[in-house]
Amino acid sequence: MTLSDETRLEMYWMMLLSRRLDERAWVLHRQGKIAFHISGIGQEAAQVGAAYALRRGYDWVAPYYRDLALMLCLGYEPREFMLSLMGKREEPSSGGRQMPSHWSLRRANVVSHSAVVATQCSHATGIGLAIKMRREDKVVLASLGEGSTSQGEWYEAVNWAAVHQLPVIFLVENNQYAISVPVEKQMAVPSAADRACGLGLRGVAVDGSDVFAVHQAFTEAVELARSGKGPTLIEAKMYRITPHSSDDDDRTYRSREEVEEHKKRDPLLVNRRILERDGLLTASRLEEMESRAKKMVDEAVQYAEQAPYPAAEEAAYPVYAEEVRHD
Amino acid sequence: MARITMREAISQALWEEMERDPRVFILGEEVGVWGGTYAVTKGFYDHFGPERVRDTPIAEAAIIGAAIGAALTGLRPVAELMTINFAFSAMDHIVNQAAKLHYMFGGQMILPLVIRAVGGGGRQLGATHSQTPDAIFAHFPGLKVVAPGTPADAKGMLKAAIRSQDPVLFIEHATLYQTRGEVPEGDYIVPLGKSTIQREGRHVTIVTYSKMLEISTKAADQLAKEGIEAEIVDLRSLRPLDMGPVLESFKKTNRAVIVEEGWKSYGVGAEVASRIYEEAFDYVDAPIKRVAQAEVPLPYNRTLEQMALPQVEDVIKAVKEVL
Ligand SMILES: Cc1ncc(C[n+]2csc(CCOP(=O)(O)OP(=O)(O)O)c2C)c(N)n1
Ligand SMILES: [Mg+2]
Repeated sequence: MTLSDETRLEMYWMMLLSRRLDERAWVLHRQGKIAFHISGIGQEAAQVGAAYALRRGYDWVAPYYRDLALMLCLGYEPREFMLSLMGKREEPSSGGRQMPSHWSLRRANVVSHSAVVATQCSHATGIGLAIKMRREDKVVLASLGEGSTSQGEWYEAVNWAAVHQLPVIFLVENNQYAISVPVEKQMAVPSAADRACGLGLRGVAVDGSDVFAVHQAFTEAVELARSGKGPTLIEAKMYRITPHSSDDDDRTYRSREEVEEHKKRDPLLVNRRILERDGLLTASRLEEMESRAKKMVDEAVQYAEQAPYPAAEEAAYPVYAEEVRHD
Repeated sequence: MARITMREAISQALWEEMERDPRVFILGEEVGVWGGTYAVTKGFYDHFGPERVRDTPIAEAAIIGAAIGAALTGLRPVAELMTINFAFSAMDHIVNQAAKLHYMFGGQMILPLVIRAVGGGGRQLGATHSQTPDAIFAHFPGLKVVAPGTPADAKGMLKAAIRSQDPVLFIEHATLYQTRGEVPEGDYIVPLGKSTIQREGRHVTIVTYSKMLEISTKAADQLAKEGIEAEIVDLRSLRPLDMGPVLESFKKTNRAVIVEEGWKSYGVGAEVASRIYEEAFDYVDAPIKRVAQAEVPLPYNRTLEQMALPQVEDVIKAVKEVL
């Protein structure tokens, strides 16, 4: 699939918007306005590249907590993100019940995940199974961090998808760290994609800072999955530019020099260069995008700050679904 | 005696046991270079080295499974679960293996294993990060389950746990790490399976443990201003459960409130109340009350979360109801 110039610019826009929202979340946390933030900074290209290969709103997605850019591509709105950070009633995932960034969005077939890492992969396998049973041509994307591929559950989910040739694409966002633990302490292979060969599915490693390279890899994987040719595991290599979450200080386990070095491969920078090289992204266009992003972020924050919190009594429900009457 | 935090007390116990016994080693996520998610093992990696302070992959089932394997060879692993919520990913090893191997081996091999796990809510970490599932683990014969509420008990009981011949689940409450208290220096041991009277009083017995000891103490302070003297029994250990001090206190006050952070249904309060009814029925002057978490997954939003967790006012209200 060749991308139109407009689409390529739009993909950059999604990355930029995600970045500016994410940065604002850090500011809100420092101001004491939100309790927690977990960031996707540095991972936007892989997420946008993957999202644009899907039929958004039609295919299923089982994301993980860093997937803000992915969510925005699926139609999640900036104000919805801010509502969720603040635990407001109107927040579309859960009305303030679920943690922020543990996305769900019914209207876009996005399912929420537990704090227990990698569990969404089994759900994706089940969704893939159901797609097959229902004779649909949908696919499902499950994403997770590289550290989470150490979970036994991950192998169970991926193996099953491979054995039953299910339409699942597993995206491993390899940002080099699991909290403080570097990737070498999680796996004895150079890439999570290598883990695929033992399980009998396609494994693809891709530069996660190049949104178009990721998109290409996903387009192929999605086509195969949609046409009944089974799952693919894609590892996108990247770097976690921020601390793990608002709860930790990464200076205790990695040097500033290391972080600075990796910032040279910041996906915003890398893709800006690509688009500039291709004569698509001009200074004025970029300026326009920046001011639009700032306006959207401001508006989102303003809206969310004024939105009501849930009332205390709302804690009591909805623990169970309403029963359907059979009489 | 020094006044130190719960975190320091736990850290001290671990450090001293590792110095004392070369068979003791630590394994878990983030325990090494980073010094633990709650900074309990800070400095251990540099002092004891990567061999004895081992950062594992994110693999809870294997962490507990491997700890069991190592314990069977005679080592004394202290496995850390970043939160008790991740214990469910290792449930088979905890309840089907650790709790049963000694029995199923006819006692031929021991399993001197400690699982340290951080439990409890109140930090806005959402439903799958904030649970207090202590009672579930206490259900299984073969496991010892303890949850200290003071720094001194944390130190003394962790040392006892490490020296125990049996698998011990040692539950630390996420919001108690900064709590300060007097802690004896050096080799201080608090035997497992002993509850204790933390505060004396004549009018009502409050039975509690862990974080709820703090909540109950605050309630007792306020009640005291109204002339109501609450006696507080700290269970400390859920299995084995020592009913001695509970019954002794109840026979004096004839009224009880049981305060736990977990859900009421099938919980610690249910167990303790039944035992009081079974063993001290003639002393009952009022129906026993339980204070516990609302029966919902713990929500993220602060107001909702606090609504669902037991508060000081809930304890005061329950006490007044039994008086
Ligand atoms: C089963 C389980 N164990 C431990 C944790 C605590 N934890 C949360 S995020 C995380 C690191 C995950 O690293 P990775 O998979 O590389 O994703 P990243 O955060 O780097 O994007 C850990 C250990 C958890 N949430 N679930
Ligand atoms: Mg990672």
